[in-house]
Amino acid sequence: MSPTFALLARDVRLAIRAGGSAALALAFFAAVAALAPLGIGPDLTLLAKIAAGVLWVAAVLAALLALDRLFQADFEDGSLDVIALSPLSLERVSAIKMTAHWLTTGLPLTLLSPVLALLFGLPPGCMAVLALSLLIGTPAVSAIGAIGAGLTLSIRRGGLILPLIVMPLLVPCVIFGAGAVMAALNGLPSGAIWLLAAFSLAAVLLSPFAAAGAVRLNLAA
Amino acid sequence: MFEFANPKRFMDLSGQLLPWLAAVTAVTLAAGLVLGFLAPPDYQQGDTVKIMFLHVPAAWTAMFAYGVLAFASLIGLVNRHPLADVAAKCTAPLGAVFTALGLVTGSLWGRPMWGTYWVWDGRLTSFLLLLLLYLGYIALGNAIEDEVRAARACAILALVGAVNLPIIEFSVDWWTTLHQGESIFRAGGPLIAGVFLWPLGLNGIGYTLLFLTLLMIRIRTEIFERRARSVLLLEVMR
Repeated sequence: MSPTFALLARDVRLAIRAGGSAALALAFFAAVAALAPLGIGPDLTLLAKIAAGVLWVAAVLAALLALDRLFQADFEDGSLDVIALSPLSLERVSAIKMTAHWLTTGLPLTLLSPVLALLFGLPPGCMAVLALSLLIGTPAVSAIGAIGAGLTLSIRRGGLILPLIVMPLLVPCVIFGAGAVMAALNGLPSGAIWLLAAFSLAAVLLSPFAAAGAVRLNLAA
Repeated sequence: MFEFANPKRFMDLSGQLLPWLAAVTAVTLAAGLVLGFLAPPDYQQGDTVKIMFLHVPAAWTAMFAYGVLAFASLIGLVNRHPLADVAAKCTAPLGAVFTALGLVTGSLWGRPMWGTYWVWDGRLTSFLLLLLLYLGYIALGNAIEDEVRAARACAILALVGAVNLPIIEFSVDWWTTLHQGESIFRAGGPLIAGVFLWPLGLNGIGYTLLFLTLLMIRIRTEIFERRARSVLLLEVMR
């Protein structure tokens, strides 16, 4: 097995396990999506209008939950030093970890979203747009979140700082992702999904460099 | 202990420059203030147009400050220049304050003009994001104990967030918005009457000079603090 797939398989396995973050993020997503209608009231037409926003915010928060341990877990027990010494560049390591995070958090969230959209009374066509927007947008969340994870690597109680510094950077995802669903709900044409795709592509391609720089700086010091 | 490349030269130069810079700032701001008071009321907005002389320069300076932050971060990362790290750390709180000023004055202007304190359009949203980016920068810098590591981490964050600057700048072109479009630096010349353009320009320059003066004072203070800490450390170790 090549080093790339070995590392990817390791990270995915760690996340799926009992102490890992995959199930936690999924449960958090479901909990927030179930909680919002309880606060807003049973009016299904109103819920359908806010479904996109609430589900997108819940998805971002759930994905952010798992992020602070992305590099920190390996940093604390020394495995990150060993990984850094391997033939894999830190850029590739970052990309692998982002992929593992997306596979265990973003992708399950995307697959669960149509079920939760049912709770909000979203029509089936919009459910599909929601799932598509999450499919396109969650890789960007994992990618940009990994930059934050690299930056907050060495902070002991860095758990709360990570969302603070990452959320301004994730705003385009939420705006365009939810915007695409809202446009579908209102029957209007919208370029939002394309803008989301462009943003996501740029984020996924460029983030490994920033994340690797952040990890390198923390390992060197 | 040997943290700086050559701060002594900077301290000497800035010590000589600072009084002049402060004086020019004061004169420019005073001139802008006086001309602003003397300007006639606008035919549509009445006297509330004068909030423009406070709001627009604050917004310009907030964006200029982030440009300084991004540039200092780049120099700090690429050239490992220690003074650049200090400059970046000192710029962030100033930039945050100017952004907050821009948001508040803009909001107060929006109520009489647009009928609302806030609207989620491209310009206001991206400008609010600028404030959040500054605050995140400051939070990250405070959270990391080691100074050098904190400076490098913040530098990376500042550069990643620099993407927001062109978005703020061009948001009024890209999206329909309540906010005023580009009225001054246009192909056909400024759309504002001279009697308003002068106080606006003077205040714009004045706010920028104020930012630079305060920045210089902050950098000098930071260097003094680090020297004091080094001296204390030497005393303790003796």
